[in-house]
Amino acid sequence: MKILVSAKRVSDPNARLQVAKDGKWIEGDVEYVMNYFCENAIECALQIAESQDGVETVAVGIGDEDTARFIRQGALARGIDRGIYVAAEESEIDSDLIARIYEGVVHRERPDIVLIGKQAVDGDSNQVGQLLAEYLGWPQATFASKVELQGDEAIVTREVDGGLEVIAVSLPCVITADLRLNEPRYASLAGIMKAKKKPLEELEIDDLDLDDADPKVKVVALSTPSGRKAGVLVKDVDELIAKLRGEARVV
Amino acid sequence: MSKILIVAEHDKGIVKKVSLSAVAFARQWAAKTGMSYDIAVLGQNVGPVAAALTAYGAGAIHVADHADLAHPLAPTWAKVLADLALDIGADVVVAAATTLGKDILPRVAVRLEAGMASDVIGIVQTKEGLGLRRPMWAGNLVGDVIITTDTKVLTVRAAAFDAAEATGGNSPIKAFAAQPDAAKSRTRFVSFDGVQSTRPDLAEAAVIVAGGRGLKDKFNAVTEPLADVLGAAIGASRAAVDDGFAPNDYQIGQTGKVVAPQLYFAIAISGAVQHLAGMKNSKVIVAINKNGDEPIFKVADYGLVADAFSAVPELTQKLKALRG
Ligand SMILES: Cc1cc2nc3c(=O)[nH]c(=O)nc-3n(C[C@H](O)[C@H](O)[C@H](O)COP(=O)(O)OP(=O)(O)OC[C@H]3O[C@@H](n4cnc5c(N)ncnc54)[C@H](O)[C@@H]3O)c2cc1C
Repeated sequence: MKILVSAKRVSDPNARLQVAKDGKWIEGDVEYVMNYFCENAIECALQIAESQDGVETVAVGIGDEDTARFIRQGALARGIDRGIYVAAEESEIDSDLIARIYEGVVHRERPDIVLIGKQAVDGDSNQVGQLLAEYLGWPQATFASKVELQGDEAIVTREVDGGLEVIAVSLPCVITADLRLNEPRYASLAGIMKAKKKPLEELEIDDLDLDDADPKVKVVALSTPSGRKAGVLVKDVDELIAKLRGEARVV
Repeated sequence: MSKILIVAEHDKGIVKKVSLSAVAFARQWAAKTGMSYDIAVLGQNVGPVAAALTAYGAGAIHVADHADLAHPLAPTWAKVLADLALDIGADVVVAAATTLGKDILPRVAVRLEAGMASDVIGIVQTKEGLGLRRPMWAGNLVGDVIITTDTKVLTVRAAAFDAAEATGGNSPIKAFAAQPDAAKSRTRFVSFDGVQSTRPDLAEAAVIVAGGRGLKDKFNAVTEPLADVLGAAIGASRAAVDDGFAPNDYQIGQTGKVVAPQLYFAIAISGAVQHLAGMKNSKVIVAINKNGDEPIFKVADYGLVADAFSAVPELTQKLKALRG
């Protein structure tokens, strides 16, 4: 069995963000981290690989040059077997193009499962896994909080509005990882050493035979929303009730 | 004339209010573009849902009633929605940004060769044409985006569009001969474990009492009595859900629900960016936390630095007494 996992870098959620001059993306000296949901996808792939023989795991990262470093340190060092890095300008690609790049990689690699983080915490679109599944004509199980393989099926518990849904999808399939799927492990020192020798293939979008490399959605302007200003501290419950009844008139 | 197709979500025969927010978006988009809008109802035995939607000014209510659509499984629903969109010549397909909308609409977009924008909070005129505004980076930035394809697919954030009011009129109900192709979907519904609650839906509640990790195993004991007095919905931070004190359906934030009630109580919640992303547009925010330095106080209108285990029961008792 072969599993493809996503390994995307994102700016640290607590970083102060600066909008680039052209207003299309962020710029400057920001700290990057591995997208949290990709860490869950990686952990899920590793657990499947550890639970049965003959599973190969491959991490795919798309983006600026630095992405290759994240594949090595965030995926290969944790135990993923090898990596594929596809170079792309992060401000010029949308979810649709990313899904088509994955599709190209899937045609080369022919995996049984593609495990993708349910969303990237920069663009926050939550689309790539679903788009990819439709491009491939594969079933999907999104927002997964539990994955069990039984024969040629994956039984997936999904976090949906109103509760938890269980669906069964037959392989090959796309699964998108939610945060409660697992506790991602840290890379061990041995893992970090081993990762240095693991294969990491570098590709251009042109290597993947896409019809075109045009995004369908373009960011025209980014801005900082007007913030909320802090209100007042009340000294006790009585004052809180007085404010809520008097000033705010909400109770 | 070009058309917008709105996907109606429903539960036990009742239209979800979030879908009326999608109608509100459609009315705004229609006003700017001269389009009209139709509504799609998919499912099994959904006649009552369709009937309830005839007074919202839609050109037609399209009903795809089929046993294989009983559960909203992405491949089948997406196929039928895309078939319907092509059949009626829809240029825009819109749904609420619920887990259903997020799961299914991207597949509709691929089928229609359309670009898609998620979680839309507004319509904006950009230098490159009519665009859509959406939160990015957990709402720390907002992006104005344009979809360059002729057909456009999007989900809208219900908290940003007040549910459309019924305007009277009588939209015709039309049956659509759905072909879900279930055999090709390789997807099987197994079970659904729903949260049983008599409280209002988080998305629809005027008041929300949200609890965090600090409440520990007293989560219910603290939040429920206050919610009872206020007729409120109960929400939670991710940490409270992760620790097993609240069900996943309660989670508010970047990866949970996004809400904007009249009144939001954040009790023993620190105010991480990911939590703020889901509630900072609430009208009035009250924070109750024993640590006065927490970031939640930077967004709260009224902050009370106190131990929740004593302050919340006191608040509950006093509000109850006031209400008689
Ligand atoms: C990718 C990603 C997505 C995320 N998405 C979400 C999301 O959607 N929603 C979300 O909420 N979080 C989300 N998080 C998690 C978020 O970063 C925080 O970890 C989480 O919100 C913290 O929850 P909390 O405030 O309940 O817990 P803590 O940060 O542990 O805060 C507990 C608070 O309780 C207070 N407290 C303790 N005891 C008492 C007492 N007796 N009385 C009064 N106050 C008390 C403490 O002072 C503290 O402020 C996400 C994180 C990541 C990385």
